Amino acid sequence: MALTGYLFISPFFLLFAVFGLYPIVFTFYLSFFKWDALGPMKFNGIKNFQFILTDDTFWTSFGNTLLINLMGTVPQLACAMLLAVVLNSALLRMKQAFRVIYFMPNITSIVAVALIFSVLFANEGAATWLVQRFGVEEVSWRAGFWGVKIAIAIMVFWRWLGYNMIIYLAGLQSISPELYEAAKIDGAGARVRFLHITVPLMKPFIFFTVLISTIGGMQLFTEPYVYFSQSGTATTPKPGITMMIYLYSEAFRTNFFGTAAATAVVLFVFTLIFSLLNTYVTNRTGGSGGDQ
Amino acid sequence: MTATRTAGEKLNPITGFFFYVIMIAGAVVSIFPFYWMAVIASRERTAAFRMPPEIVPGTRLIENLERAFQRIDFFQSLWNSLVVAGLTTVSVLFFCSLGGYAFAKFQFPGKKFLFGFVLFTLLVPQQLSVLPVYLIMAKLSWIDSYKALIVPSMVNAFGIFWMRQYIASAVHSELIEAARIDGCSHFRVYWNVAVPIILPAFATLGIFTFLNVWNDFFWPLVVLKNEAKYTIQLALSQLHSIREGVDYGMIMAATLLATLPLMVVFLLFSRWFIAGITTGSIKS
Repeated sequence: MALTGYLFISPFFLLFAVFGLYPIVFTFYLSFFKWDALGPMKFNGIKNFQFILTDDTFWTSFGNTLLINLMGTVPQLACAMLLAVVLNSALLRMKQAFRVIYFMPNITSIVAVALIFSVLFANEGAATWLVQRFGVEEVSWRAGFWGVKIAIAIMVFWRWLGYNMIIYLAGLQSISPELYEAAKIDGAGARVRFLHITVPLMKPFIFFTVLISTIGGMQLFTEPYVYFSQSGTATTPKPGITMMIYLYSEAFRTNFFGTAAATAVVLFVFTLIFSLLNTYVTNRTGGSGGDQ
Repeated sequence: MTATRTAGEKLNPITGFFFYVIMIAGAVVSIFPFYWMAVIASRERTAAFRMPPEIVPGTRLIENLERAFQRIDFFQSLWNSLVVAGLTTVSVLFFCSLGGYAFAKFQFPGKKFLFGFVLFTLLVPQQLSVLPVYLIMAKLSWIDSYKALIVPSMVNAFGIFWMRQYIASAVHSELIEAARIDGCSHFRVYWNVAVPIILPAFATLGIFTFLNVWNDFFWPLVVLKNEAKYTIQLALSQLHSIREGVDYGMIMAATLLATLPLMVVFLLFSRWFIAGITTGSIKS
């Protein structure tokens, strides 16, 4: 039985060894070498890291990735929570229909999303028309510092809103109604119940969505890549270069596999830091969140 | 499992009204880009630049599609995506259920640790392995081959986790023992006893996997160079080229045609899919 057990689970471990574990180790190794993927590898010490960390383009990509994700994720999670709370309320009919509608953007490919929003954010297009109604004359959606970020953040917002709402909804539904009943008998009003029952019990779900958004967001690539129609750091307008585009250009446009590997390592470290920060903040807010 | 519970007392009509306003506003936001895609897809190529924007579909969908078909091999790339996503899905269903079955029903030393390891691998970001995997593919001469797309994703950690959870609760151990006493091999028990019971889990994981592979862009972009091999996502992105003047009518027509089949599939199976999302998050 034991042998069969190992046999049955072996495909995963074999595949992970070849396409997961070995590549990860090799990425770290490669980050200390200068290599164009063809000639011999040359040991380079920490020069790759020095190069990246003093490269303006890298820091631009870092700032862009961070800003776009903040703009696309923070309002998105707030809206997702609002929608989930409303959807979970007793009164609303057609819950199933709403869930399906809200989830539709998430099954759409990122390429399709980026293309649709490329049209909406075309120069002299619908988005320009809309902001002009509010008296804003000129926003450069294709090259402006904020214009580009707003356009891409909206793509992120739109595609993931329903996904996060579904998760919050599942969280809300996992809270036992008896808790609310008991609190009501004790005379707690709707706001007190929300702050002292809903919020603390929803924390794991909020943590999960923030974590997933952070990890996914650090790898932001397809939206800007397609929005700017196939380009590397050389041709992507500066406000749209993300860390993943930087990595991709280093490796597949200029064949600097060493610096690309170093970028992957740095990107990983940043992801780790942000994830830990997220854990820390969640734990901290737990203390003041008021658990009964 | 999705029995809706009430979170508060009966709402008064005014709150109820606002709730509907919020939900409908959100629904409009979710739907509008799709609708806009259909509008631009069916109008003349300059319609995207009209001010105020066009809001009614036109009659030029076929013309726009024809221009797209001249630029990319639409149906070939659709077929390529279907092959890659289909084969990957079949493989994921088989290997993940097999692994999940072993984790759920077998006893062997190190099981807990190995399962924990499987879950741990979920946290490893893709970018950390992309370059060496690309180099492996180059070494194997798998660049421009679907093997480069299919083989690395033949089995995955989420699938094993999902199958284990399902099998642990759905497949009763007495059934397995009975089949064993009748002289069935472990694999036959899995195949003849477990698989028929876990078909609903196959549905969820299958849709999930198919969509993920179908929608993937980064990895196909890295390993496919030959346009004849392009998946539909790569082909679509090809249309958005500024060099030849942006033809948004054509782009939206092709995007619409490429998105529609998945929408239909999703609308038919949405229950299974949403169940998969929520279970994944609760357990994580």
